[in-house]
Amino acid sequence: MAITPPPQRIWWNEPIARFELVWTLIAFVWGLFMFGFMIAWHFIGGQNLNKEAYRITPSNYEAKVEEFAKKNTVREEQGIPVVKPPAGSDVYLLGRLWQWWPILELEKGTSYRIHISSLDWMHGFSLQPVNINIEVHPGYEHVITLTPTEAGEFGIICNEFCGIGHHTMTGKIYVREPKRAGSAAERLVEGETRP
Amino acid sequence: MTAETVIGAVGKTADAEYRTCQYTGLKVDAAAQALIKANAVAAVVFLLAGGTMGLLVALTRWPAVHLLPAEWFYLALTGHGTNVLLFWIIFFEIAVLYFASAVLLNCRLAAPKFAWLGFALMVVGGVLANITILQGESSVMFTSYPPMQAKPNFYLALILFAVGALIGCTVFFATLVIAKEERTYEGSVPLVTFGALTAAIIAVFTLASGAIILIPTWLWSLGLITNIDTLMYRVIWWAMGHSSQQINVATHVSIWYLIAALVLGAKPLSEKVSRTAFFMYILFLQLASAHHILADPGMTASWKIANTSYMMYLAVLGSMVHGLTVPGAIEAAQRRNGYNKGVFEWLRKAPWGNPAFAGMFLSLVMFGFIGGISGVVLGTEQLNVLMHNTIYVPGHFHGTVVAGTTLAFMAATYLLLPLIFEREIIWPKLAKIQPYLFGLGAAGISLFMMGAGTLGVPRRHWDITFSDALLPFAHSAGAFLMMGLNGIFAIFAALGGAIYVAVVVGTVLFGKKITSGHKLTFPLHSGGGAVASHYGGYGTVKLPGTIILVTIFFVCFVLYYFINWKYLSELWLFR
Repeated sequence: MAITPPPQRIWWNEPIARFELVWTLIAFVWGLFMFGFMIAWHFIGGQNLNKEAYRITPSNYEAKVEEFAKKNTVREEQGIPVVKPPAGSDVYLLGRLWQWWPILELEKGTSYRIHISSLDWMHGFSLQPVNINIEVHPGYEHVITLTPTEAGEFGIICNEFCGIGHHTMTGKIYVREPKRAGSAAERLVEGETRP
Repeated sequence: MTAETVIGAVGKTADAEYRTCQYTGLKVDAAAQALIKANAVAAVVFLLAGGTMGLLVALTRWPAVHLLPAEWFYLALTGHGTNVLLFWIIFFEIAVLYFASAVLLNCRLAAPKFAWLGFALMVVGGVLANITILQGESSVMFTSYPPMQAKPNFYLALILFAVGALIGCTVFFATLVIAKEERTYEGSVPLVTFGALTAAIIAVFTLASGAIILIPTWLWSLGLITNIDTLMYRVIWWAMGHSSQQINVATHVSIWYLIAALVLGAKPLSEKVSRTAFFMYILFLQLASAHHILADPGMTASWKIANTSYMMYLAVLGSMVHGLTVPGAIEAAQRRNGYNKGVFEWLRKAPWGNPAFAGMFLSLVMFGFIGGISGVVLGTEQLNVLMHNTIYVPGHFHGTVVAGTTLAFMAATYLLLPLIFEREIIWPKLAKIQPYLFGLGAAGISLFMMGAGTLGVPRRHWDITFSDALLPFAHSAGAFLMMGLNGIFAIFAALGGAIYVAVVVGTVLFGKKITSGHKLTFPLHSGGGAVASHYGGYGTVKLPGTIILVTIFFVCFVLYYFINWKYLSELWLFR
């Protein structure tokens, strides 16, 4: 019985039932497979976070984002600049109590180096409804090379608790079809967002 | 270290009082019995507090009900996590440690006064934490990530509680030493004690990590330290936060073996395999801090992969082995008990009316299928980005901690009441349905939170309609449906929890005192003694039922794993 000591003193030498061994082996091999698959995805998959990050003070980061926004703003929405960076360029986004700033306008199929950091507390970058979720720290500038694969209007919400206004913290990303395509979807998006 | 030095440090208490249990034949030390009772009662009190807060949280997150205002919601959520994840579980675990050492080894408990000191510190810590949280201004969530700051007493309370728990572990280790010195048992310690030892070793690592991170954070809240690095905090805090869940795993697996032994006369299929599986926990479970850092900046892929997989999934291997050997031991025992017809007679004719067995088996199944599989998926380096900080995360850990650990502890309580409190269970009909009701609720909240999380619903969030946000956003209708269903199943779980608390309190206060010759409402296995005198032999027993069960489990695991990779492959590209 499990609550009494093993009756035979040298239980270590007892034989093991074959199906126990087989199951252990299956579980072990499955573990190795899952381990290998994470490594493999770095070679075969398109979704991997890299380690590129820099230490930065919140005020320096804020200055960077503001400069970036000033240079690339195309219009304003609710008082927040909508920023359209050149294809493939560095894009800066900040999280603070309680907004994601600025609004970004990206092009489908183009890669951007997205920099993310927080000016105050920790925040959770959560791109919806795509469902990409990344932790955002103050003092760390995280760089993610991101390529949108669908056009439309996307929300950024915060999913790291950041105080009483946490549930009001939102942001926005527009993704346009590349100019040459000129699809119906693009016209729809444009029509919705431009008065 | 000899027993003398251990006892010498705290005063010699060699003349302990014992009684002999009429059902198990075990010698029960009076001091150990009193401490087990005290810790179990404290556990249930904090479960009541934390469970109530949990219901309020779930009703607030039910969009149609949206019960609490934001401030109270975040307060209740902080209190819920702290009370149930820390206080309920660790108090109960200390009771299990004392049971698995003193009672199972027929030994006196080392240094009972020291153990009472630990208990007092834990109570003070628990009460202080609740007072501080209820005062407001400490609604920082259970995780208290800086730079968000709670009142100093919040951290102090946790430190006091941890020191008390550490004392409990020390008493457990000292009792093992005494039992060995005084030869109260022959050969090796029993498997359940071995599992409890695993839990206690992980607990020491956990509590040390907690001290390393909470003491500086406390000093920071007092203004004595200027800055706490947020990334460093998360890495070390989770060495406590996640490892403390591994204490739970080791403890509730031990309880599975314990209940199977006492109720069915089941012994492990192979001591070697089961013990090696526990040993895997000691070696690798502590790496799980990385599970929480997978979406954080600055960590290399190799660090993430090595740590998040518990070094090539060797700790997961341990759990998968227990997932075979526990039902295997039950099937073997039931076949010897005469239920040998067909593939599943052993399972059909198991004592489903005994809440100890029902709770244990539901805990086993739900921990594996819900908590276990989702945990591996969530802890996969790349897949984590799909669910990080969404409500999928609480969905997963309600599968492990509520459906797994809490249900197992509730099941164990139905043995604790007659055997340690020596009271007959009051309201046996209610007790019978309790594990099913609570299990249904726990399974529901786990699955629906996981469902909502895959639709992007954030955790720890008061308003998923974002009605006060400058830039509007709306979750899909499916997400709202999931959150509503979560609220409904939270009510089931709360009802099950309320029945549990009522049965425990009723039994402790008004249950019939068990006298010599009393026949238990929920009987133990009669041939326990004869079973205990044999070892091995299961190698030749055929266990087709268990093989089918683990095959179903494995197929679900593999399918769910690849479904998530499919989801991931459809995401935007990032590197």
